[in-house]
Parts: sequence; C-alpha cells; structure tokens
Amino acid sequence: MQVPAALEYERASDVDHALNLLGRYGDTAKILAGGHSLLPMMKLRLATPEYLIDINDLHDELGYIRIDPTEARIGAMTRHRELLESDELGRMFPIFADAERVIADPVVRNRGTIGGSLCQADPSEDLSAVCTTLAASCVIRGPGGDRVVAMDEFHQGPYETAVGDDELLIELRIPVHPNGSSAYEKVERRAGDWAVVSAGAAVWLEDGVLSDARVGLAAVGPNTNGITAVSEACRGQAPSEELFARAGELAAQHCEPSTDQRGSADYKRHLAKELTVRTLRQAVRRIVERN
Amino acid sequence: MTTTEPKRTERFEDNDQKPVGYGRMLRKEDPRFVRGKGRYVDDVQLPGMLHLAILRSPMAHARIVSVDTSAAEALPHVHAVVTGTMLADKGLAWMPTLSNDVQSVLATDKVRFQGQEVAFVVADDRYTARDALELIDVEYDPLDPVMDVRKALDEAAPVVRDEIEGKTDNHIFDWETGDAGATEKVFAKADVVVSEDIVYPRVHPAPMETCGAVADYDAVDGRLTLWSTTQAPHAHRTLYALVAGLPEHKIRIISPDIGGGFGGKVPIYPGYVCSIVASLVTGKPVKWMEDRSENLTSTGFARDYVMRGEIAATKEGKILAIRTHVLADHGAFNGVAAPVKYPAGFFGVFTGSYDLEAAYCSMSAVYTNKAPGGVAYACSFRITEAVYLVERMVSRLADELGVDQAQLRLDNFLRPDQFPYTTKTGWVYDSGNYEPTMRKAMEIAGYEQLRREQEQKRARGEIMGIGVSFFTEAVGAGPRKDMDILGLGMADGCELRVHPTGKAVVRLSVQTQGQGHETTFAQIVAEELGIPPADIDVVHGDTDQTPFGLGTYGSRSTPVSGAAAALVSRKVRDKAKLIASGMLEVSIADLEWEKGRFQVAGDPEQSVTIQDIAMRAHGAGDLPEGIEGGLEAQICYNPENLTYPHGAYICVVDIDPGTAHVTVRRFIAVDDCGTRINPMIIEGQVHGGLTDGVGMALMEMIAFDSDGNCLGGSLMDYLIPTALEVPDWETGYTVTPSPHHPIGAKGVGESATVGSPPAIVNAVIDALRPFGVHHADMPLTPSRVWEAMCGNPQPPI
Ligand SMILES: Cc1cc2nc3c(=O)[nH]c(=O)nc-3n(C[C@H](O)[C@H](O)[C@H](O)COP(=O)(O)OP(=O)(O)OC[C@H]3O[C@@H](n4cnc5c(N)ncnc54)[C@H](O)[C@@H]3O)c2cc1C
Repeated sequence: MQVPAALEYERASDVDHALNLLGRYGDTAKILAGGHSLLPMMKLRLATPEYLIDINDLHDELGYIRIDPTEARIGAMTRHRELLESDELGRMFPIFADAERVIADPVVRNRGTIGGSLCQADPSEDLSAVCTTLAASCVIRGPGGDRVVAMDEFHQGPYETAVGDDELLIELRIPVHPNGSSAYEKVERRAGDWAVVSAGAAVWLEDGVLSDARVGLAAVGPNTNGITAVSEACRGQAPSEELFARAGELAAQHCEPSTDQRGSADYKRHLAKELTVRTLRQAVRRIVERN
Repeated sequence: MTTTEPKRTERFEDNDQKPVGYGRMLRKEDPRFVRGKGRYVDDVQLPGMLHLAILRSPMAHARIVSVDTSAAEALPHVHAVVTGTMLADKGLAWMPTLSNDVQSVLATDKVRFQGQEVAFVVADDRYTARDALELIDVEYDPLDPVMDVRKALDEAAPVVRDEIEGKTDNHIFDWETGDAGATEKVFAKADVVVSEDIVYPRVHPAPMETCGAVADYDAVDGRLTLWSTTQAPHAHRTLYALVAGLPEHKIRIISPDIGGGFGGKVPIYPGYVCSIVASLVTGKPVKWMEDRSENLTSTGFARDYVMRGEIAATKEGKILAIRTHVLADHGAFNGVAAPVKYPAGFFGVFTGSYDLEAAYCSMSAVYTNKAPGGVAYACSFRITEAVYLVERMVSRLADELGVDQAQLRLDNFLRPDQFPYTTKTGWVYDSGNYEPTMRKAMEIAGYEQLRREQEQKRARGEIMGIGVSFFTEAVGAGPRKDMDILGLGMADGCELRVHPTGKAVVRLSVQTQGQGHETTFAQIVAEELGIPPADIDVVHGDTDQTPFGLGTYGSRSTPVSGAAAALVSRKVRDKAKLIASGMLEVSIADLEWEKGRFQVAGDPEQSVTIQDIAMRAHGAGDLPEGIEGGLEAQICYNPENLTYPHGAYICVVDIDPGTAHVTVRRFIAVDDCGTRINPMIIEGQVHGGLTDGVGMALMEMIAFDSDGNCLGGSLMDYLIPTALEVPDWETGYTVTPSPHHPIGAKGVGESATVGSPPAIVNAVIDALRPFGVHHADMPLTPSRVWEAMCGNPQPPI
C-alpha cells in the first residue's frame, strides 16, 4: 500500500466556504475534486498538501450542463460520466462523448470531474484537448469575484494553470455557433492509458464551405494545444480530402512532441497528422449526415 | 495415444458437474475469495504488531558515503532504524541467492540498482514508518551505471560487483549446450541459413498482491513464525535456518492465501529478512508489505535475454539445425531461481518440437545496475525465452522460404514414433503427438479461410496477420539426481488421512497462488478413492502442517505433487483393500476395485465402501492379522523425468494502417497437457496465460533510462492488459498422457504464457510482410509497429 503524508482534511459546504478555506490556507492547501489525479500523486508523495479541501459536496452547485442558443456552460464538478451520458451535450458537441469513451475506465469516470481534469493541466489530458478544440473559456472565482480566461491562457505549462492559490475553477463556457459538429480520436497503448496522441476537431459549415475549423491536440506539447494554422487554412474552404490532408500536415508541423515510453517523437508527429485528418473528416461527416 | 476433444457446448452449468474424480467442477476455494474471506499476509493482525518500511536507493549505482538516521530515530512512534552497517555487525548484511551468489539485505558499501534496500524503519504504524524514511539522510557518491547489457563486458565498463574479491568485470558465467562442431558442419552445408537478432525484454510478473511478511519471534521459546508471500514455504524455512542460524524446527512459515506469484514469490527478498531482524530486535511482531512501486522496481523481473538466433534448412524446407548466442542480463545480483545445474534454466529446450540434426547454444550472463531476478512470470525456467526464440526463427524461415508457417511446422514435427525422444541438447521428451494438435488448431481457426481473407484484405490495403506458434515445454522439476535448489532435492511429499466417517484430509508441500490446488488435488484423491471432492480437505502453505517439498513454480505442482497425491491415495487404497478382505471374508485376490468400493469378484452385491472401511479401520471391530488401525499414508515422490506438454497456438491480428495499432482479433489455443483433471481450471490457466502473452507481446516492459532510473515503477507506466485488449479465447485440446506420471498428467500452468507471445509477434510480422518487415521486437506498441512499417524497426533496448 502506498501511503500519503499526514494532512488535515476539510469538507467545503459551498463555493464560498471553499474560497474561505483557500484564503486561509493558501498554497499549503489543495482542492480535492474527483481525486483521480490528486490522490495517486499524494500516494506517490509527488503532492504533499498540508490541507485537503474536499469540494465533492459542491456537486449540487457546480455539477451541471446548461446549453442555450449561444453558449454551453458546464460546472466544474460535472463528472466524466455525466458528460458521457448527456444526450443534449452529445448532440451539440459529439466530441465530448467521443473523448469520454476513451478516458480511463468507469471507476475513474464515476468520480473524475471536468474541473479537476483541466486544473491538473496534464499535457495528455483529454478534456483539456476537447475544451481547447471548442475554444472554451474558464470561469475562475476568487476573493475579488469572477474572471474569465480563455483556454490558451488557462494552461501555463505542464501542471500549471491560471488558477491562483485562493481561487477555484467554477465553470467552462463553450460558444455555440450554427451548423457545427466535432469529433475526437485517441491512440493509446492500452485502454485507460494516457494518450500517445489524441486530437479533437470542430467544424462549422456555411453554404458548403467551412466558416471555421479548429483542431486541438493532446500529448504533443507542454499543454494541449489548438492549431491556429489549421483554422486559417480551412476557413472559407470547401471540405475535401485534400484539405484534410493539408490540415494534417499543418498539425504535424505545429506540434512539439517528445520521445518517451508511449512513442517516438516522429510517430507522435505522424499521429498528429493522421488523427487531425480523421477527426476533421468525421466532424464534417456528422454535419452532412445530420442535414 | 492421443485423444482429441469431443464437441462441447459452452455453458456455465457445464462447469459444475460435481464429479467424483476428474471433470469440471467449480473451485472449492472460490466462495472464500468471492465473499472477501480470503486471508492474505496483509490481513494478518497480531497484538502489538509493528510496521516496517524500507528506504530504497534513488540511484542505480553510487557509493554510500554516510547514513544519518538520527532524525528518523527521533520521530515519535519510531521503534528502530536499521542500516546495512548495523546488519553487517550481525553478519546479516548479505544473504545467499538461489543461484549461489550473494545479495545484500541492506546496502553497506554501495547501491547497485535503483530501488535497492538501504535501511529500514520500524514504527507503530505504516504511515509513521513511511514518514520516517524521509528523515534518513543518505549521502551518495554517484558512479556511472551499467545499463546497456551489450556494453557490460566492455573493458571500460564500471564494475558492479567490485566487492567480490578480484572481480574486475561484470561477467557472471558462460554456459553452453549442444554440439558446436556438429552444428557448424550442418550450417555449412545447409542451402538456407537465416539469422535474426531477437530481444526478449525485461518484464515483471506484477502479481495483484505485492510481497510482504509478518515476522513474529518468540524470544522465550526461540520460535519464529513467519507469514510470508512465498510460493515455496518449505524451501524458505530451510534457507532461513541455514542463513540465520535458527534451528529449523523452531521456524514455522505460513504462506496463507497468495494473490498471484508467477515465480516472483520464489526468491527470498531482503524485506523478508528485514522483518525477521526487526522482530528479533524489537521483540514484537513486525509486518512489512511492499507497495506497488517497490514491487515493480525491486522484486524478481523476468526475461531480459538478448539473443542471436540462427536456423539452417534445406531449400525444400527441412529444418536442420538451430544455433543461438544469448547475452543474459541478470541485474546486480545473480538471483535466478532455478535448479543449480541449470544456470540458464531450461533454455536448453530451444530445439523446440522439431527433428533437428544439430543444435548449439552459447550464453554469457552479466551483471548490470538493474534489479536482480530473472526467472519469473510463468516462464517455466526460461522456456518462455527458448520457445520464443525457436518459434520466431521457424516463422522467420517460413518467410524466407516463402512457405506457410503452419505447413513448415507440420513438415518438421517430431513424429509420434520418435518418443521418448532425446533432443540434440539432451532433454528426453516423454511423449508427444504434435500433428493432431496442430491440425485441430488450424481447424478451429479455419486456417485456409483466414489465409484467403488475408489475401482479399491485402488487396484492399487492409493489414491483417496470422501467426502460428507450437511449443513443447519441459515442466515438473525434477528428478533429484539432476535437480536441486541449493542442495534441496526437488521431490514433494504428500500425506493423506481418511477420517472414520470417510472424509479425508490431504496435505501438500506445494502452495497455490491461484491455480486451484484445493480443487485439483481433491479431485486427484477423489478419482483414486471414490470419495467426492467436497469430502476432501486440502491443506497447504504451512510448514507445521504439511510434509516437506519444494513448492509451486515452473508448472511443477501437478507433475510432482499431483503424482504424489495419486500415489499416496493408492497406498491408502492398498491398505483399505486388506481391511476390506477381512470385512468381506474373502481373499485379496478375489476383490475388485470399483470406484469408491471393493467388491467380491463375480458377486458385486457383496461390497464395502471406502467409508465403511474407514470406520472399520478406526473402529473397535476386528482387523486382519498384522494390520494397524487407521487409514492414512505418506509419500515423497521423486519424479523420474519432467513432463513435456505441448500446444498449437494461432493468432489473428488486425493493424490500423494509419495508427499502427494492433488488435488481437482471434486467438486459438489447443493445449495438450496429458490427462485433464479439471478442464475448467485448465482453461482458466490457459486464459490467464494468454492474457499475459498479449501483455508481453504488445505493451509490457520494464525500461530504464541511461541514468538507471526505472521507467516502469507504477501500473500507469508498466501496462498490464485489460479485458478490452483480449479477444474471446478459443481453446481446444488433445490428450497425450505422460507415460511415467502415475495419472498421465503434465503441467499446464505456464503453457499459455510460454506459447502465446511468439504467436502474436508472428501474426504482427505476418501482417507487415507487404512492408518488407522480417522481425520486430516486443513490446509491439503502436509506435514500435509504425517504426517497423516505416522500415526502421528498433530493438527495445
Ligand atoms: C487509472 C486512471 C486513468 C486515467 N486515464 C485518463 C485518460 O485516459 N485521459 C484523461 O484525460 N484523464 C485520465 N485520468 C485522469 C482523470 O480523468 C482524472 O479524474 C482527472 O484528470 C482529474 O479530475 P478529478 O476530478 O479527479 O481531479 P482531482 O484529482 O481531484 O484534482 C486534480 C487537480 O485539480 C485541482 N482541482 C480540482 N478541481 C478544482 C477546481 N474546481 N478548482 C481548482 N482546482 C481544482 C486539484 O487540487 C488537483 O490539483 C485517469 C485517471 C486514472 C486514475
């Protein structure tokens, strides 16, 4: 049995209470959401918080998926399983269900949260790639109130985020545009393993051309990254295999994979291309099939 | 004689036929496990028990400059902090390994692998013990580590074992088998010679339960009780007696329920010794239970063979000879657990299932700065490596000759009339009939259709492969004239008592770790005595309760202890017959055995059951002249030879052309382990072994970086397959009994782990033929397969 270091534990009853506790304990405290990233790190003693602030009772307050005509809002305590099982979210953003099906296993998905996933800021984190793809923004609450941070600024390097010691991630906001769809693909060595590489794509069609297209990649850089070159190349173009291939090349060029046990840098670059092509193709196919 | 399988419909109820003897029945031990009533070492709680944690080296190779334990000792609730120097004062800093080397219990001079034991703490609870580790201040002077096995023998390589008098290199031993000259002659005249560099990477058995012990030393009567995760309780007791100087009769080893062993629980680990020392020092019971990372980084690894394989054949496809040179990485201490005369285990069976003219193997074993071990993970003493080598080489030859993999094997198999067959490396295969087994696998697979499907898919740009492997194993060590571990013969005792009411208890020297001994051995006795298995209790895993024997590993339990259980039952039956003759008032010659009863020949109405006889044996009634009361017997079985199970495996894989991801779509395993005692348990063993095979072939590997850091120290880094990576196993069987085993049974515990990796790799290579790939090493992760597809296959080390 791997045993964590000694710590104090407190259960927050609402967001304000959690913020109070954070204010009091500062950087000696850690928020405990689903615990599926934090607890393994504590058992390995890679994380040794003196205080653990459990926010699972905030699930009522922060566990929600609300979709209106211009924006989808997802509470930070929404669990993987809820994202997987939401039909409404699945219709609007099929990328979520695609991704959730390949995140970990049911045990992890029952507890792990979208807030915890994003705050963990692991370079191979799947929901971060999804949120990057969808140009989500993050609502962070602190003593001075709420601030909204775009995904590009939310992650500030591996395991680092814009959330301050006295702040909490509250919500994810995803813009809704007409006639779009999305898709996600991941290559893993084994079910439940972290991605060797994964890619998400989101596209919007207007009069037969792409009004916008976005691709987000995981595990090929310090954080999940959106490939703006792909968006620029696709905007205003009619979807075609040639276009997808060009987008794939661009994705391969604009990522920074490194060699590790999951695969060589060359292979990961190859996957960035392959998965970009596949997800763009699938996202477009979904719009066509829906219409 | 070989029997093939009758058609059977797969239904769960079929597994509960309640046989009085052999047949499908649910496992007697399972209700305990499924209801959470298993009792493992970590479940042992004793009054006043303390907890031990081990400080391990963060470095692969470094001199220990100083160890300061004062802060740890000052931590409240800490009872003792012990270092290598303190053990050295007691003469306990080093202990013998199972291969006549020594291994340090706690490092004194330097550390030799990352994860090596440096000091231990004993505290009131596990948390404090762990916290105190962080307060021990060790100053290390880093040395260059020897991580690349190919460079271990270089002149400039740092010397790992410089504490050995006069040691100036990292050489452990050279070993050879076969006839170098004769093999060279055959190679020289052969039309076709193919060679390949093949690596069997370092893997870990990773049992669900990690290693641990509870040591309880009673200073008053000088008795040590040790609950420990061991596959060989009796062997451990003797070794503790020899090493620690405790009298053997004062040591009791209890190996309770064991959560998987796979050979990883054969060696004595420093942690066990530390717990004993801790109990001696504190006078209290002490528990040590390693965590997952400790298990993966410090306990017995498996494989790590770098092999050069060569195969010679005629252009018509007659295999003539196999030759290999092996570089074996044994880590920092030679801790291989194998019979003493077999430093390379049973690797000598690398000649496989084929009729060769010559064979030769040379091997060099070396020290590196990695964890010790080397025989684990269901490897049948290195047969895993041997079978992988020969089966890769045969498929490689098929590739070269442009003939079908299955056909080449069929054309070269040993014929049934050649058995018993002495191989070119001196192994005597007891029995075998290979062709029906191979044909059966091909029939279940629909081999011809699969080849047609592959052709069509190739035309469409899809990537599909079919891999074949055929293995012969040598299991059931072993004849005492040839085999011993540190001087202990590999025979096994068995004791059987039939109680007055006809219920029985059988006591074994072997130790189950999930193999289902409590069921199988009850069935063996049931078959011989005609008592239902439910009426037979199987006792094992406690040296005070069971006769001496060497334990369970290398698929030896049924070949050795199974034979003992059958023979001890026959001894009891012989006595029962004498008593029956008295009860029925007929001469022995007039009695016939009908399962469960003796009856008068020609008058079956006149009979007595084994239960009647048991009551008479213990009762007040008359017994025949000279017969003592009671109905029990004891035996020690010394096997005359090993048993040689065989099997034919066929694997079908699909590879995603874009991502190079391998999916095992189908896997057909036809096993021949001789007489089948409980087919359901055999299938379970096969299913588990096949899953292991998928793990090794596709994902498992203990890797290191060049600084000597172990990259596989958690189950996030060291991948084990899940249900999603394995297909529905398709199993079949043939039955070729062992001629020398009393019930004709052979071992089967490791067959599937041995036989499946080459089938999977052969399938992947077969799939990649259009890419010009001839070989790629395990683990065949998507990245490594993609590199092969790009014409750039890389060895894993
Ligand atoms: C076996 C296993 C397999 C996995 N496989 C995958 C996979 O394939 N893909 C994948 O993407 N993930 C995977 N994960 C990770 C999983 O998705 C985690 O659940 C997730 O990354 C973290 O979510 P959590 O709610 O458990 O966060 P926690 O572990 O509770 O927290 C993670 C970090 O975020 C902080 N935090 C949490 N919530 C907030 C908040 N609202 N505001 C500020 N800080 C916060 C915590 O303090 C902590 O530092 C796996 C995990 C396991 C155990």
